[in-house]
Amino acid sequence: MEIAVISGKGGTGKSSISAAFATLKQGVALADCDVDAANLYILFSPTHEEEEVYIAGHKAIIDYKTCTHCGLCADYCRFDAISLDNGRITISEISCDGCFLCSRVCPTRSISMIMNDRSRMYSGSFRNGKMVHGRLAPGEENSGKLVNMIRNKIKQVAEDNNLDTIILDGPPGIGCPVISTIAGVDRVVIVTEPTGSGLHDMQRVVELVRKFNREPYIIINKHDLNPEMSVNIYEWATANGLEVAGHLPFDPAFVDAMLQQKTIVEHLPGSETSLKLRTIWNKINT
Amino acid sequence: MMKIAIASGKGGTGKTLVSTNLFSILSGKGYKVSLVDCDAEAPNSVAFFDVKLVESTEVYHKVPVIDTSKCTFCGKCQEYCNYNAIFLLPPVKIIQTMEDLCHGCGACSVACAHNAISEKEVSLGQVKTFSTRGKPSIVEARMNIGVMSPVPVIKRAIREADSPSGYILLDSPPGTSCPFVQTVATADFVVLVTEPTPFGLSDLRQSVETLKGMGKPCGVIINRAGLGNGMVQEYLTRENIPLLAEIPFDKRIAEYYSKGVLVHTQCPEVEQLLVNVFDIIIRDHGDSSNKR
Repeated sequence: MEIAVISGKGGTGKSSISAAFATLKQGVALADCDVDAANLYILFSPTHEEEEVYIAGHKAIIDYKTCTHCGLCADYCRFDAISLDNGRITISEISCDGCFLCSRVCPTRSISMIMNDRSRMYSGSFRNGKMVHGRLAPGEENSGKLVNMIRNKIKQVAEDNNLDTIILDGPPGIGCPVISTIAGVDRVVIVTEPTGSGLHDMQRVVELVRKFNREPYIIINKHDLNPEMSVNIYEWATANGLEVAGHLPFDPAFVDAMLQQKTIVEHLPGSETSLKLRTIWNKINT
Repeated sequence: MMKIAIASGKGGTGKTLVSTNLFSILSGKGYKVSLVDCDAEAPNSVAFFDVKLVESTEVYHKVPVIDTSKCTFCGKCQEYCNYNAIFLLPPVKIIQTMEDLCHGCGACSVACAHNAISEKEVSLGQVKTFSTRGKPSIVEARMNIGVMSPVPVIKRAIREADSPSGYILLDSPPGTSCPFVQTVATADFVVLVTEPTPFGLSDLRQSVETLKGMGKPCGVIINRAGLGNGMVQEYLTRENIPLLAEIPFDKRIAEYYSKGVLVHTQCPEVEQLLVNVFDIIIRDHGDSSNKR
């Protein structure tokens, strides 16, 4: 069983809830797919048994010894990455998409493409199983491909270690790393919160999940911050045929647990929140 | 003109709270100011204001259309494509564009020597301009669901909002990858909003390191101060990064925000904090041509 936890809006409690799920049963495979802002390592201090380089595309570099500043590359670039100012060509590293077109059209072959090789994937063990996480280098792209790499790795690790539950902590948003996180999983869980933004972003991510023919489960976190909005979310979800797997109160114990590098179910196993999380987990796993 | 980006590594720390309230406060004080919602995957700023849609521009990119009657299945376009967006099986004469993978770079059209590739426009999202108090002042980048990258829509929205004078606030997407970098690259100053928790600190560190690499000045607002511990303050002191404000953890603020109410209209202390933030930024990084 492969379960992806996503949210649309950031900061709804995705990672804290994924972490709790990862400590509710004996032995799981856990992957942090939020490669931009990976946080689960803080709670689990996993060992780094393996480290792999991830190539996040390419960047164009000009050799000014041979460049004639003819401007042809700038004419072809569709990413506004090349400019010709006062007769001098410059390439913006930030805007370059790594498509290679400039290097192919350059009449003096003055443009070479270098690999973005600062991103990493780590895999190892944590106290309740195996864990894989990624670290995308700042400003790098194609994070969806890194997520794919993480998912392939965690699948293999789970198989090698006879772990039948894989939990994926996903990134916020609806873009390429989210698409890579949910494609082909067994269950999608959306963690939302009772704010206008929480509802709006949940609606967008539900539409995305349905493009992948999955019916997501909804968790309304911090429901007591705005009970009226929680009801709105509940009603919208049920009217749209979605199952609300449960709701959780705003609970400062999530932060207390985090400070002790524990999950909430390890920190306070008998608390209302922990018991609710267990009920939700059982629902999702049926 | 001065551009201030409001960003955070971690999602949900209060970026939109800060940018919408700061925008409201400054326009209330008579400043020439506009707000650009660059969080194109999850745009939420507009909902806090009474707005009128002034203009909506569709953002497209060009994807190849292959004419199989002219195609010789030579494979040159596939060789040029760096995104694996062309699927080709020469023995059975099958060639197909994988539109989801295409970045619209145009390399395949250049590669084709048989004039078999033309292009069509595919929508990536919209850039919408809204007016508040009768003046166009909020620009929203909104990516279509199913599109891979928000970057083209974000770039277009920032261009759309460009103005020779006044202040532009950029509500940035979370994270430190391409969408964040594209947004902050154009800014004169970056306000990082974090929360005083280990997750907040870990993501803040990454944002700070990314901005250092880009040579961008930044300052930090700690939101929900009182929750968590003092690790963020210690980090800021150690790294010599200005702490612009601490917004206390207060259930009332969370409730107002969740109801779509601008918090500064109900909590004068939050308004004062944000006014101070703005004053600090102008004092230390402002451009003298920018008077109200």
